[in-house]
Amino acid sequence: MVVNLKINGRHYTLDVPPDEILLTTLRNLGFNSVRQGCDTSTCGVCTVHVDGKAVLSCTVLTCRLDGHEVTTLEGVEEAAETIGRFLVEEGVEQCGYCSPGLIMSILYLEKCVPQPTDEQILHYLNGNLCRCSGYEGQLRAIKKYLEVKYGAGSKQAI
Amino acid sequence: MRVVNKPFNKIDGMSLVKGKPLYTDDLCPPSALVVKVLRSPHAFARIKRIDTSEAEKLPGVECIFTYQNIHRKPFTRAGQCHPELSPYDKFLLDEYVRHVGDDVAIVAAVDEKTALNALKLIKVEYEVLKPVLDFETAEENPVLVHPEDDIFAHLPVGFDPKHNVACRVNFALGEVEKVLEECEVVISRTYKTQPQAQAMMETQRAFSYLDPYGRLVVVASTQIPFHARRILANALDIPASQIRVIKPRIGGGFGAKQTVNAEFYPALVTLKTGKPAKIVYTRSEVFNATTTRHAMKFTVTIGAMRDGKIRAIDVKALSNTGAYGEHAETTLGAAGKKVLPLYNKVEAVRFSGTAVYTNMVPGGALRGFGVTQGTYALESAVNELAAELNMDPTLIRDINMIKKGETTPLINMTTKGAGPDPMYMDSCMLDYCVKRGKELIKWEEKYPKYQVSRTKVRGLGMAIAQQGSGLPNIDMAAATIKLNDDGFFNLLVGATDLGTGAETILAQIAAETLGVDLEQIVVYSSDTDATPFDTGAYASSTTYTTGNAVIEAAVKMKEEIIKTGALYFNTQPEKIIFDGKYIICSATDEKISLADFSKKITYNLLHTQLSTTGSFVPKKQAPPYMAGFAEVEVDLETGKVEVVEFVGIVDCGTPINPKLARIQAEGGIVTGIGLALYEEVRYASNGKLVTDNFMDYKIPTRRDIGKITVEFAPGYEDTGPYGAKSIGEVVVNTVAPAIMDAIYNACGVRIRELPATPEKIWRALNC
Ligand code: FES
Ligand code: FES
Repeated sequence: MVVNLKINGRHYTLDVPPDEILLTTLRNLGFNSVRQGCDTSTCGVCTVHVDGKAVLSCTVLTCRLDGHEVTTLEGVEEAAETIGRFLVEEGVEQCGYCSPGLIMSILYLEKCVPQPTDEQILHYLNGNLCRCSGYEGQLRAIKKYLEVKYGAGSKQAI
Repeated sequence: MRVVNKPFNKIDGMSLVKGKPLYTDDLCPPSALVVKVLRSPHAFARIKRIDTSEAEKLPGVECIFTYQNIHRKPFTRAGQCHPELSPYDKFLLDEYVRHVGDDVAIVAAVDEKTALNALKLIKVEYEVLKPVLDFETAEENPVLVHPEDDIFAHLPVGFDPKHNVACRVNFALGEVEKVLEECEVVISRTYKTQPQAQAMMETQRAFSYLDPYGRLVVVASTQIPFHARRILANALDIPASQIRVIKPRIGGGFGAKQTVNAEFYPALVTLKTGKPAKIVYTRSEVFNATTTRHAMKFTVTIGAMRDGKIRAIDVKALSNTGAYGEHAETTLGAAGKKVLPLYNKVEAVRFSGTAVYTNMVPGGALRGFGVTQGTYALESAVNELAAELNMDPTLIRDINMIKKGETTPLINMTTKGAGPDPMYMDSCMLDYCVKRGKELIKWEEKYPKYQVSRTKVRGLGMAIAQQGSGLPNIDMAAATIKLNDDGFFNLLVGATDLGTGAETILAQIAAETLGVDLEQIVVYSSDTDATPFDTGAYASSTTYTTGNAVIEAAVKMKEEIIKTGALYFNTQPEKIIFDGKYIICSATDEKISLADFSKKITYNLLHTQLSTTGSFVPKKQAPPYMAGFAEVEVDLETGKVEVVEFVGIVDCGTPINPKLARIQAEGGIVTGIGLALYEEVRYASNGKLVTDNFMDYKIPTRRDIGKITVEFAPGYEDTGPYGAKSIGEVVVNTVAPAIMDAIYNACGVRIRELPATPEKIWRALNC
């Protein structure tokens, strides 16, 4: 099936099998930050944005995306670098396999609620599993990032 | 110290967070054949007939292997030193399939779809056999998981497949029965631990190709590149010289990748076709066809006096090694050897363990490696003893646990190659850990419990644990340092960074020893052609074992620089000083920068390459210790437990990188919380997994963990690199027993079978 879509700001016309998931399409195109961690849409490792919304790329069929806009971590390099630096400062990018998906979810959280409460952070990021870091350090990093970006006057207290 | 004990960022950190193509599947050539494995739907069966003719006709299918067209040679997939303690009880493919998910046939095709379609076209007729699914009765079960006669054990481990026994571990000190008789209080309790999945986010995967010399190159997500080379050579029946194993970045391991598993399949295909081939496991394949933490059952008998003095401990252990004996002996042994020395003042101690075969997913390595299971049992029993004696659990620890400078003959008895001289635990900070943990969790204020509402009660509990730092006289690591023509160094290590930051801390150790900046150390690791030997990332060994090898290599490099500096300045080495930046001739006060010196000796004078190698094998036990304290909230109406806080005080000697050590501890504690409350690999009555995905198998999410507080004890281990011991595994061990005691203190329910699900607690409260 032929689909026209935008990935990271660039137009693509792709001929994909009707059952191909976005995750596969993106990896085939060389967007290696998008990864698979499960077969059941449970791990969040494959998170990308479709039309600005955080989406599990393993649960979207590419052929449904005609006319839509997809963003992977490769498309938000600057943000990846900025948020990534906070994660690295905290040492929570252990194996790093979950980091791109997490950063895509953080970006979506930030877009929806720039000054989230702890509960909102959990709500937006709960689907991003990490087996290495134990989550606590990620939370420290995310709070610091949001605080530096949006000021200490925000609701979240460290 | 300039570089060590400092919170440097991981040297590969920014590449990881930016999602760079660094992992196995990112590096595989797109032309690689896709390999898929047909897996058994039965827990136990004999293949009567297997017909691949239809599948072979499918366009795009490159080759198919079944047990009929593959050589038969027993081996073990367990990554451990040679000769392995694990029995040689696995074949590349066999007539028998021994668990649901066991391999039946291997297909390589031009793409995934074709490979999957080919699997469907393979016709297999099975003679379905009655499986062995209850490990508690496996030894008496007349059904044999391994009826074949050509399997064997290299070492006398009690291998007895005619009784479904993979191995036995027995050791004793003193006369247990006699001392127990003299005790005023004797308690005996049985505990069970469940199989736990490693659940690293990147599944097992590998690809292979032939290098220009026709040698097999296997790029794999592995923890053990050097063992993998040896194991592959043995299984594939080709010389090790014809194999190169490379580990790129890997998406976690936790022991799962200490067993060679996916690597065989593409390797076979490449050898047969000469073409690149790859396999990527699905999550369901990981659950069904790799390994889990060994389920174990312990009966712990403790004899003590009314004043709290423990005099005897007797542990009977049974371990379920599943269909293959991978890591069976070592995990079972660790459940005793690295647990019982915690109580060094006993007069008698005994451990009798057996690991049995069943038709279930094989047991394997998982962070904590048997010690986690053993610690849960022993620490729970000690907590029950404290309750029986009406004694504070921290007091009973204070009376009985091992302290700084102490030892027990048990340590010598269970350490390979230990001489008669007692090994004193000079760096043990358990005492501090317990005291500090009590302060942080507010033990005096809150213990044992307090009510927060009509239906919610909070309880506190604690436990202590140890692990090892590498395996004395067994596990060896080496490091090579090379000076380059611009004054920077290559650090080549066979060690395997699983994401923990091993490469960063090894670079820190090298920089510290050489007196240079961290940026001057360029690390290359885990490539069997290019890096020196290392047993790999397991047994909590990299910091301690490889760290010491790095120091040796760096010390030698300094000597080389000084010797070569003497030639350069035409003087004696005693007159040369190397301060990390300059080579200084003290006689003449002349100096040359390291960068200029290295250029000169490469291009203009002397024309020499400086390169040094250090090797290290631990000689002594240098266990890290930890005290863990849990505060939980139990909902009396539903039985649900929430962790309010977990405090872990870790004695890992000097943390080489306190930041990375802290994350190791936090991550390990969360894996422990998963073990305590949520995770369990479960089977249907026919031996099929009912938890082969992340929906049915629950690992903790960020909502499930409560607050985690970690601190380090100010310890120093003389035999460690800059005082360091290990940290990777010890951090898992205290969590389950501490949480179970906290639950008991909150609501009076003793969970002796992990995990503590709401259902179990509700039933205990209401039935
Ligand atoms: S791969 Fe796990 S949620 Fe998409
Ligand atoms: S860092 Fe390894 S899974 Fe998150």
